[in-house]
Amino acid sequence: MTISFGESLLIILIIAVITFALRAAPFILFSRTGETPKVVTYLGNTLPPAVMGMLIIYCLRNTTVLNAPFGIPELIAVGMVAGLHLWRKNNLLSILGGTVLYMVLIQFVFV
Amino acid sequence: MKQAIRAAFPVTIPVLLGYLSIGIAFGLLFENAGYNFIWAFFTSLVVYAGAMQFIAVSFFSGGIGLIQIAVMTLVVNFRHIFYGLSFLDRFSGMGKTKWYMAFALTDETYSLLCGQQAPSGVEEKKFYFCVALLNQSYWVLGSVIGSLAGSMITFDTQGMDFAMTALFIVIFIDQWKAYSSHIPALIGLGGTVAVLLAIGADNLVIPSMILIAIALMLARKQIEDKKLIITEKEDQIP
Repeated sequence: MTISFGESLLIILIIAVITFALRAAPFILFSRTGETPKVVTYLGNTLPPAVMGMLIIYCLRNTTVLNAPFGIPELIAVGMVAGLHLWRKNNLLSILGGTVLYMVLIQFVFV
Repeated sequence: MKQAIRAAFPVTIPVLLGYLSIGIAFGLLFENAGYNFIWAFFTSLVVYAGAMQFIAVSFFSGGIGLIQIAVMTLVVNFRHIFYGLSFLDRFSGMGKTKWYMAFALTDETYSLLCGQQAPSGVEEKKFYFCVALLNQSYWVLGSVIGSLAGSMITFDTQGMDFAMTALFIVIFIDQWKAYSSHIPALIGLGGTVAVLLAIGADNLVIPSMILIAIALMLARKQIEDKKLIITEKEDQIP
């Protein structure tokens, strides 16, 4: 652990409370007959793919691009995950295959 | 109750497979970050949100503000605000159980309950509850198994956190196929890259989300012209 026990607990509770608030919101906010505002529905439909795109970049944000290894291990591993997933459509295989390849690349190839 | 569990179990088998494997991956990563199986158990019990729990692991290395964490949770799980809408009627009259049902409305539980009626002879509300409860128990179980397995690993785990990136790529591809318009996905990628180039890797989330929201609103006409979602999503995470 690099942060304290209390801070770790606080982080988990913040995530838990917000997630629950989102899931419980309709039961509190919307009556059974009431209509959802159109802009809320629109964002609800379009946010998931946009957020997934953001998360991929977020995960890769500390990649070294300008110096060696120039982001090459990340590029290869991302390609591996995408290739496996387009080929076999098996979540576990895609995730495992890409991760093991990445570990090998950064531990043995691009040291 | 026994009867309801027996009726619910077969329905939940696909989720069992998905949640166990992704749960194990989460437990491994969390253990790797220095948090043992009690943490994994507790987190999967009170948070119960797959993608978000993966991101949370990155928060525990420190340096990320609580407000940024709150905003991240809000946007990553924003879609859940709509799931309850389909169940306003069905969950009414469930008493306090209704709030557990709301809590447990993950992507998978939502899609299972949407397409599923209780078999005849089984009380509908108990059936819903059992489906939700079984699904969460798979998720908690997977997390604990992964965490315990992780504590026994002796090889170098450097680079294992790439599993998180891989998970998001997998979901991104599934959504790419499910959506007729790729503009939202491209806005997400492009907007975040733009912010990254402009201000660097720290405090990436909030400016990116603002930019993405503005871009989505500007592109609303083009995107709404088409029927947005062609097929059901194939997520296997809560």
